[in-house]
Amino acid sequence: MIKQFKQLAIASSVAAACLGAAIPAAQAAEEQFFMLPSYRVGPYGANGQSFYGGFIDYLSYVNQKGGIDGVQITWEECETEYNNAKGVECYERMKSKAQKAPGPIHTMSTGISYALVDKAAADKLPLAMMGYGLTSAVDGSVFPWAFPLVTTYQMQASAIIKFLKDKNAGSLAGKKIVYLYHDSAYGKEPILALEAESRLNKFDLVQIPVAHPGNEQGAQWQRIRQEKPDYVIMWGWGVMNMTAIKTAQKMGFPRDRMIGSWWAGSEEDTVPAGDAAKGYMSATWNVAGKDVPLIADIEKTVYGAGKGNLKDTSKLGTILYNRGVSAAVLSVEAIRAAQAKHGKGKAMNGEQVRWGLENLNITEARLKQIGATGLLPDVKTSCDNHEGSGKVKLQQWDGAKWVVLTDWIEGNKQLIHPLFQADAAKFAKEKGITPRNCAAEAKK
Amino acid sequence: MQFFFEVLIGGLLSGVMYSLVALGFVLIFKASGVFNFAQGAMVYFAALSVVGCMEKGAPLWLALILAFGIMTLLGIATEKFVLRKMVNQPPIALFMATIGLSFFIDGFAPLLWGNEVRPLDIGLVDEPIPWILDSYNIVVSKFDLVAAGLALALVALLALFFQYTRVGRALRAVADDHQAALSIGIPLQHIWALVWAVAGFVALVAGMLWGSRNGVQFALTFTALKALPVLILGGFTSVPGAIVGGLIIGASEKLAEIYIPPVLAGWFGGNFGGIEGWFPYVMALLFLLVRPEGLFGEKHIDRV
Amino acid sequence: MIYRETGQFKTSYAADQQIFPIRQDRVGIGILLAVAFLVVPAVAGNYWFNAILIPFLIFSLAALGLNILTGYAGQLSLGSAAFMAVGAYAAYNFQVRVEGMPVLLSFVLAGLTAAGVGILFGLPSLRIKGFYLAVATLAAQFFIVWCLTKFPYLSNNSSSGVISVPGVEILGFKFDTPASRYLLVLSIVVALALLAKNMVRSSTGRAWMAVRDMDVAAEVIGIRLMRTKLLAFAVSSFYCGVAGALYAFCYLGSVEPDGFSLDLSFKILFMIIVGGVGSIMGSFLGAAFILLLPIFLDISLPALAGLLGLPFDGATVSHIQLMVFGALIMFFLIVEPHGLARLWQIGKEKLRLWPFPH
Repeated sequence: MIKQFKQLAIASSVAAACLGAAIPAAQAAEEQFFMLPSYRVGPYGANGQSFYGGFIDYLSYVNQKGGIDGVQITWEECETEYNNAKGVECYERMKSKAQKAPGPIHTMSTGISYALVDKAAADKLPLAMMGYGLTSAVDGSVFPWAFPLVTTYQMQASAIIKFLKDKNAGSLAGKKIVYLYHDSAYGKEPILALEAESRLNKFDLVQIPVAHPGNEQGAQWQRIRQEKPDYVIMWGWGVMNMTAIKTAQKMGFPRDRMIGSWWAGSEEDTVPAGDAAKGYMSATWNVAGKDVPLIADIEKTVYGAGKGNLKDTSKLGTILYNRGVSAAVLSVEAIRAAQAKHGKGKAMNGEQVRWGLENLNITEARLKQIGATGLLPDVKTSCDNHEGSGKVKLQQWDGAKWVVLTDWIEGNKQLIHPLFQADAAKFAKEKGITPRNCAAEAKK
Repeated sequence: MQFFFEVLIGGLLSGVMYSLVALGFVLIFKASGVFNFAQGAMVYFAALSVVGCMEKGAPLWLALILAFGIMTLLGIATEKFVLRKMVNQPPIALFMATIGLSFFIDGFAPLLWGNEVRPLDIGLVDEPIPWILDSYNIVVSKFDLVAAGLALALVALLALFFQYTRVGRALRAVADDHQAALSIGIPLQHIWALVWAVAGFVALVAGMLWGSRNGVQFALTFTALKALPVLILGGFTSVPGAIVGGLIIGASEKLAEIYIPPVLAGWFGGNFGGIEGWFPYVMALLFLLVRPEGLFGEKHIDRV
Repeated sequence: MIYRETGQFKTSYAADQQIFPIRQDRVGIGILLAVAFLVVPAVAGNYWFNAILIPFLIFSLAALGLNILTGYAGQLSLGSAAFMAVGAYAAYNFQVRVEGMPVLLSFVLAGLTAAGVGILFGLPSLRIKGFYLAVATLAAQFFIVWCLTKFPYLSNNSSSGVISVPGVEILGFKFDTPASRYLLVLSIVVALALLAKNMVRSSTGRAWMAVRDMDVAAEVIGIRLMRTKLLAFAVSSFYCGVAGALYAFCYLGSVEPDGFSLDLSFKILFMIIVGGVGSIMGSFLGAAFILLLPIFLDISLPALAGLLGLPFDGATVSHIQLMVFGALIMFFLIVEPHGLARLWQIGKEKLRLWPFPH
């Protein structure tokens, strides 16, 4: 009798346990879908590999920690090869899946972002362009669905100028700066900002474009040698970066007077250049290294459980890997923000995620909570400011790793932001868009 | 004037680097009439194989031998599985097949060795030679000089090989007419496999130099684009043509990049740099209008 | 049995010279068009329109253009993407700069602009042949893209050089749904394809083919080489230009010069070679093959890997896709160097006798 009772008790407790397990399982049916038009082959495959590796690892990490307030994250990758048409195909393929509960879309390609801006707005899917893309989308009144989060090329250029100014006792007057850039939308975006800075700070700006792919820069550097500039600011991508560093060495230009953009400042650029890269500087909006608690925790939790996305774990903690993590952090935070307003533990639709991205407020305290102190700057977005930060750090390659030189430096917002607004207004006129009234929305 | 010479010398030396890649094209075209678009991919594959072997612990010399082995295998496989089955197809079909091959290699090489960007140290530092810099204020890179020397040695070797060996003669016969060569008993398969192996060797040398200069990565395949105008200018079938073409293209491209954009900017206003992408092609084109078969190409007689 | 032209007597010149002289062909084309115009818009979803059908039609048009030049007139070109770029940018400029410019007219003008540029770059063909010419067309490829990057006027002073095209509107009707854009593209492509089909069997087309087969011989029998070759360049560039305009206006919506890269030119070349050099139909078959194959591989390979339990990561799958794509192209060329159109022709021959082959 007692035995039977025992059995009954065990059986019922097992059943209860099953039931208990079943309830969260039912809740976990809430899912947020991230479409990832990624690239891992082609000329920029190595860069994409690290970035999307970090991105996916963070999503797995969040899932292992119970999701976004119980909402599990799912994702799907599609290879774009950094090619615009393929990017659009990927977007179209995955968009029906994303329609219900999308995560912000990260293409890590200026070209693909351009092609998706209109489409994503029409489909009501939020498009994130962290540190690239259509920078005039900072003006959210014209581009409600596009978010050049954290910072833009223009603000970065301005921050680099500020850094140089501080280095030269507060004045760049009479100095000569060469702007060496990849001759594409990416390299051309900062020109207006640099020209404005040059007028303001009275330095001489020499612009030297490099034709794609940039694997041969003899003539450009001979010209630089002739110009004898004080600094070279470089906007390169892929093979152009290490070629520039190597050619600078060949021409005897000191690398510690070369400053790259954040797409010209990763291990992928400096390691292949070997000793030539020692002293080379670059801007960045996220730091490298595994000493950020979050990165260490990802390695322990995700790779410990054998769920890591990268085969080559030496990539963990590199600039681009950490950038992928940072991008994922912001995306997840946007969904959290949306949940805080529209209901915790629920999957968010496109409009709600968009709201989240537009009302991000990631403070130092919050970054600390996540374990991402110092990984990325604090971000606060609004309807008329989709950038939210505009801060970068300067870092220097010491031959083995990136060493951070400065604290967060903010670009000259008063100078740069009107440029975005002018560009956005022109876009709105060409396309016949009536801008939202941000001031009125803020009052509501 | 000093600056002019610096640009000129720099250009000539860059041109030799282009010639190296162009040589591979010439070899295969000469021997089989195939315009091998996969040459760029082969450069990438060869360099990647060297780095890959070194990562597995092989010293440089062993890695070089292994990489050469891999390139030879690739050549034999290409002959056996692709070219042999396409004897007597129109040249454009063969050309297309090599584009297919280049895709295949683009996928296969990183699959085998991983796609991260890697340094390749062959013990040559790319720095200006101090005494030239001091006495003439002209930058001449040690690295480029060695590369040029290597390229010239390679060309001399190949020219001798083509001119004076039995295999070389057979190669030239095959280039003239596949079927005629077959009918007089030249073993087409062996010849083709051999020439692909030699082209693989040239790709290996080019890959080593370009790779140690710019890092071993996918962008090495783009070196092919630099070689095409050299090829047109020098003629598809001439080994010395590849060198002379390279020198001309290299020098004129660099001089143009320095001196033409300011002129254009004077006319239109704005910034006109970055003409290197098209200038060699346009120059080669203008040159072709005068000599349609290239500098050293064989004259072609049309019969109705 | 099914496909047999016995019993179809041509009693007038008009009947003998129509585009599709065989009744079965006429019926087949009719059904195809009916399906394309009526059935497809009813059943296809947005993904099909935006990611497959519209690019398929646009690339077919570009391939058709290249096929006229390469397949019929025998002039190998590697610059088709650049002519598409000319078309895209010209159409954009006509739209933005001329108030009230009808979209269709700006497409036509874009085609004509491309044709003009095509003639300019076709001039060397009078002296240069074969691969030399192919590499010379690369000059067009790089030069045009550079020009579009360098002259801010051409991109309406956009600071990045990227153009974002306005919406398409004809006679007050907005083509803003994928289905409507598909129908617009389809109508243009069908009209131009029929025109091409007609052109290649006219005296112009015969002159092209004569030049292709041997230009010296053609000259001897009195074909004016210069006119014929330049016309081929012009017509081909016109097609590519219109395709480029459609690419910008009806497909991507926003294009940058770098998007019209050499890769795209190669892709178009692949299409005609896989589809069939010197065949109108081949252009369509080739475009379908080259566009669909990567998508198919992209979808099927991960699924296959999952099924077999292979530990593939994203990068591996992408690499294998590239390999399979390359291998399939080689395979195709080995098995059928004359392209898919030739297979179709063989199929028709078989059908003529089927089911009683003796």
